[in-house]
Amino acid sequence: MTSAVSFQHVSRHFGPVRAVDDVVLDIAPGEFFAMLGPSGSGKTTCLRLVAGFEQPTSGHIEIFGETAEGLPPYRRNVNTVFQDYALFPHMNILDNVAYGLMVKGMPRRTRETKARDALDLVELKGFEARRPSQLSGGQRQRVALARALVNEPKVLLLDEPLGALDLKLREQMQVELKTLQRNLGITFVFVTHDQSEALSMADRVAIFNNGKIVQVGAPKDIYERPRTRFVADFVGSSNVLPPDFTQRTGGPGKWVSLRPEKITIAAGGMKPGSHAVEATVTSVHYQGAVTRVNTEAAGQAIAVSAPSSFGAVNIGDIVTLQWPADAFHAMEDEA
Amino acid sequence: MRSERGHRAPRALSLAAIAGLLFLHVPLLLIFLYAFTTEEKSYQFPPPGLTLKWFGAAWERQDIWNALWLSVKVASIATAIALVLGTCAAAAVSRARFFGHDYISLLFILPIALPGIITGIALRSAFNIMDFDFSFWTIVLGHATFCIVVVYNNALARFRRTAGSLIEASMDLGADGFQTFRYVVLPNIGSALLAGGMLAFALSFDEVIVTTFTAGQQSTLPIWMLTELIRPRQRPVTNVVAIFVIAVTFIPILFAYYLTRDGEHVAGGGK
Repeated sequence: MTSAVSFQHVSRHFGPVRAVDDVVLDIAPGEFFAMLGPSGSGKTTCLRLVAGFEQPTSGHIEIFGETAEGLPPYRRNVNTVFQDYALFPHMNILDNVAYGLMVKGMPRRTRETKARDALDLVELKGFEARRPSQLSGGQRQRVALARALVNEPKVLLLDEPLGALDLKLREQMQVELKTLQRNLGITFVFVTHDQSEALSMADRVAIFNNGKIVQVGAPKDIYERPRTRFVADFVGSSNVLPPDFTQRTGGPGKWVSLRPEKITIAAGGMKPGSHAVEATVTSVHYQGAVTRVNTEAAGQAIAVSAPSSFGAVNIGDIVTLQWPADAFHAMEDEA
Repeated sequence: MRSERGHRAPRALSLAAIAGLLFLHVPLLLIFLYAFTTEEKSYQFPPPGLTLKWFGAAWERQDIWNALWLSVKVASIATAIALVLGTCAAAAVSRARFFGHDYISLLFILPIALPGIITGIALRSAFNIMDFDFSFWTIVLGHATFCIVVVYNNALARFRRTAGSLIEASMDLGADGFQTFRYVVLPNIGSALLAGGMLAFALSFDEVIVTTFTAGQQSTLPIWMLTELIRPRQRPVTNVVAIFVIAVTFIPILFAYYLTRDGEHVAGGGK
């Protein structure tokens, strides 16, 4: 099957900076794909390579089997939702949404009908005559979405589209985006630095670091089986434990990831047996359903995420941490 | 903007402001007054009598019409050149980041900071070296040097406030370079260009120093006024022309002021 987007050993260098470094990636048609990584990790450059705002220094990009390099942005059947939305301030909402159809020469009547339908899709009926400056952040985000979708792109690129929204709105938009994507069946490529956003929305996630893809997989795979220490650390604040520590507690003698929610906490000192350690509580953070307890065991900081019903612990308490034998996930050494 | 504590400025400050305004504007009023005087050889105060005949006399003078027409032509063409080159320069400087970026920007603004007499001498010797005859076109080129600055400054300020992603968004939605310029860039910088153009026109219209160095036999309206002051014949005619020049330069400047003020709300609204 043809990939929606295919990166074949793609690099993009800016002078000595390897923004994107030998990326190999295939995104399937209809997939909701997230590119996750810290800022400067190359994820946005990858998106811009697909949009056509950047050209690869080397390598080959295909969009639905067609060679993309050399094609300007306006010849690609790909649309972008920009981080700052980039709505045209001098046009009303209807003209903004109809812009793509207008420059393609579609008659006014037709394009305005389509634009109204697109606004309907993002639940912004009745806002046609307003200016972007009269809309809230969430509404502008929807306009940007409608403006891109009205062109019926084969791939929709979203560059940190929820970054500027407040938490509640962001969670609501996550659900809506996911529903929209499922209903439309369009390939979504989504760039974010927010791991919870990527994990909750995407079918597959690529983790970027230093211009390279460190790991690609389903959210559950990445969360539970991080390939490297970087991934474990970046995706959901795991405990990354060094080889000597794990060996002492019956582990494999490698770097391992130990998820905070896999650890159970018990008051009092050490019981005999492996996969357990005595620790001192250093801080307690109540977070509603769960409580995060930071502890220290033989100089090693270990975070525990426990149900809030487990009973009170206080700073300075001696506790026992225990985990199932399979809770350790061994990782490769960092390249 | 209103201060938070009180609406009234201290009395001394108000008096100073009024004095300043009077100092600036009373001479202008005298220009108006002398356009109506019956005394034609010297500026006698108070005027012995008032008359409207100088307006008629000015209307009859072919040399005024020639000078006026030349000034309008020079200002129009210099402004047109400035609009094209100034916009291009501003677009380049605002978008690109390169070595020496700030110095290039400074070099563009320099012609307006330099005394006109330096610009004039420089251009005159340059034209001489290149064997240009001093003509209509040398005046236009001379004026264009400072007109470009005005347009450049206005356009640059607007480009900086306009998000760069707008252009990318337009391209992304299928518009080629020309369509993007027409539908996105121009509407966003249009009022800034109009303001810059009007200021440039006004500057060119009353320019004397650079013109004296770059003109051949021609005289623009300000040059005509300068020569007219030397000979004491029909002096109030000069004042009539002065009133006209005030009107022609003041109105565009006023327009430009309002255009750029409103522009603050237009550009950058996308964010």
